Amino acid sequence: MRQRIVISGRGGQGVLTLTRVVAEAAALAGHEVITTETHGMAQRGGAVLSTIKVGAFHGPLIAPGEAEVGLFLHADNLPVHGHYLRPGGAVVVNGCAAPGRDAVDADRLAGLAGQRRGANLALLGYAAGKGVLFAGPDLFEETIRQTTPAKYLEGNLGAFRAGLGASR
Amino acid sequence: MGNEAIGRGIVECGCAVATSYPGTPASEILEAVVAFSKEAEHRLHVEWSVNEKVAYEVALAASYTGKRAAVSMKQVGLNVASDPFMRSAYLGVKGGLLLVSADDPGPHSSQTEQDSRFFAMFAKIPVLDPSCPREAKEMVRLAFELSEAYEIPVMLRPTTRVCHARQAVPLLDVDRDGRTARFEKDPKRWCATPRFVTDLHRALTEKLARLAADPRIAPSFFPGDGTRPGTCLVGSGVAFAHAWDVLDELGVTGTVDRYQVTVPYPLPPDFVACVQGYERILVIEETYPVIEMQLTDRRIAGRVSKLVPNEGELTPEVIRQVLATFLGLAPSPPVEGRRPPGARPTLCAGCGHRAVYYAISQTFPRGIFPGDIGCYTLGMNLGAVDTVHCMGAGISQAAGFYHAYAQDGTAFPTVVATIGDSTFFHSGIPALVNAASQQARIIVVILDNGTTAMTGHQPTPQLGVTATGAPARPVSIRDLVRASGVAFLREADAYDVDAFIGLLREADRYCRGENGGVAVIIASSPCVLSGESGAAGTAHAVRVTEECSGCRECLDMFECPALVWDDATGTVGIGRAACNQCGVCLHVCPTGAIVAVAGGAG
Repeated sequence: MRQRIVISGRGGQGVLTLTRVVAEAAALAGHEVITTETHGMAQRGGAVLSTIKVGAFHGPLIAPGEAEVGLFLHADNLPVHGHYLRPGGAVVVNGCAAPGRDAVDADRLAGLAGQRRGANLALLGYAAGKGVLFAGPDLFEETIRQTTPAKYLEGNLGAFRAGLGASR
Repeated sequence: MGNEAIGRGIVECGCAVATSYPGTPASEILEAVVAFSKEAEHRLHVEWSVNEKVAYEVALAASYTGKRAAVSMKQVGLNVASDPFMRSAYLGVKGGLLLVSADDPGPHSSQTEQDSRFFAMFAKIPVLDPSCPREAKEMVRLAFELSEAYEIPVMLRPTTRVCHARQAVPLLDVDRDGRTARFEKDPKRWCATPRFVTDLHRALTEKLARLAADPRIAPSFFPGDGTRPGTCLVGSGVAFAHAWDVLDELGVTGTVDRYQVTVPYPLPPDFVACVQGYERILVIEETYPVIEMQLTDRRIAGRVSKLVPNEGELTPEVIRQVLATFLGLAPSPPVEGRRPPGARPTLCAGCGHRAVYYAISQTFPRGIFPGDIGCYTLGMNLGAVDTVHCMGAGISQAAGFYHAYAQDGTAFPTVVATIGDSTFFHSGIPALVNAASQQARIIVVILDNGTTAMTGHQPTPQLGVTATGAPARPVSIRDLVRASGVAFLREADAYDVDAFIGLLREADRYCRGENGGVAVIIASSPCVLSGESGAAGTAHAVRVTEECSGCRECLDMFECPALVWDDATGTVGIGRAACNQCGVCLHVCPTGAIVAVAGGAG
């Protein structure tokens, strides 16, 4: 298994949490995985990018034109980070659908599921349901169970399942 | 995370004293030491020191007692700690002393992209250069072992892409060797006067020569299949890891001899001779040519020959171009992203700093505003920060501006320095004492949000909490300001804009008065991310009326993330989810279109 994933969003949207869930899922499935993320000044509302490399890789960064999958928590980031995708790479966007891209209103889904800050997991549920990631929804759901503190578990699972439901 | 791996390694090695000052990308190291030592029930002294120099000195003395000590910081922190650091190479250590200096090629969150490995070379101490979190953790152990074997401080130099990479790492038990503190007095060494320094320097040079021959620091060799005879790639750090991935992607990994240098200084003489036997050599390292310059071979392709760019991060796309050129492969066309409008970092919605900066820029439209390092650097977006240099420089620069203008004999501009609470403790105090004693007629606003916000809310000395969360003796900023010789001191609520403007005017009158000098205002507003927001207490829900003319002044001058432009109507609205109800924007609209919602909090 080799898959390179970019996760793009704005500071405060839960990019780090989403990165961590995807990486933990890869580790849980027995894959090698290495990630990197944005910290510090850029977190104050700027555009934030995380990378995840599943498989036998050495460094954490992904070059433009290499990523097989892109998860975008903010549609405005498409022109900023879209070039990391390889031709034919799968892009899933939080926002309105447009020709040639797969989109879902993850903010609304998460809000309906009672987890206002759960758009990141709703987007993950949607992407997992669409089959673009290295594993199916069960693995991610199990990872969320194992890594989420008890008081957020129900809300986070709700957001994830809302996204998953929307993918079908 | 790489920083967690380093912190875990520090605990596993039985470290007795761990110190740090927060700074991206190093902040999580000490937090990991706290978490893992609690988990392993390993007792150690762990502290957020007031600055990096102090952190280094505390750890250094602990190592004099035979115990292991670790001090971590970001690369520019080592500039602050350079005084004790340089001399510690000569005097050496007893218990292992690990210095972690985290570099930031790019830079992503720093004033420079300087290379700490050069600093290690300058100081004449060994430096380890990990390529991933797993290696970083292994190197912590090697660093302690080398430090004790050669009685020398050892630097571990991770970069942002190691610090903030995540990877599974194997865990080991904590060493519990039951060492007790035992300081052996030796004035010729620990108090070395200039008379003894040459001998200590000679001993240091000899240590380094022995260390360079230690098999534990030899580079790793990955031989090629002979397709490209006489050609080799020498790399270190995460740039080596990325080069490997790029070679894989190009399908040529096995065709070239590769050397991974894990200890860039000192280089083993055998290795230098071996590399010089190649016809074509490419060196890939971040950020300065530390290995390259020690190889002293003019045929080398690298930063000196300008094949490798001399500035900026060595991302895979940069390395891909370099390797394609060096190996004679077809270059790939560069792909560029574009920076989106409006996505620059900005202060959080409801942040008290925004209120203060708004008041400063409104009160003194022609003022000069030296700023400092922290979230509040973002005051530059609001026209209230004109300079940002290094920790604590704002107050000294304000004094410098005043002295330069005042000697012209004409009316001097109002100079307002802003500095955060943590930065004030770090290096603002000497600057304030200096400005007060030199009678600089400046205003200093201390932005007190009760935490070190930018780096993840580490406690400041004022809070009375240690790194582990235990109670500590609080140190008052107010008392420090008074003791610094400042006669004008006022304290204010950052959100009360009208009162704050009044205070600024009063301070300006004091500065210009007969016996004027430094005027200090402490502006309090708990960080909105810390969970005890002062803004919530005031709770001014706001809305925008039809009076909005779409002039965008609130967006351009105030830049609150909760003020949102609506393309459809050509007016501004309030983003309910983001709004923190601080009510400061009530002052901002020139047409008065931002109004309080009747009945207060929504």
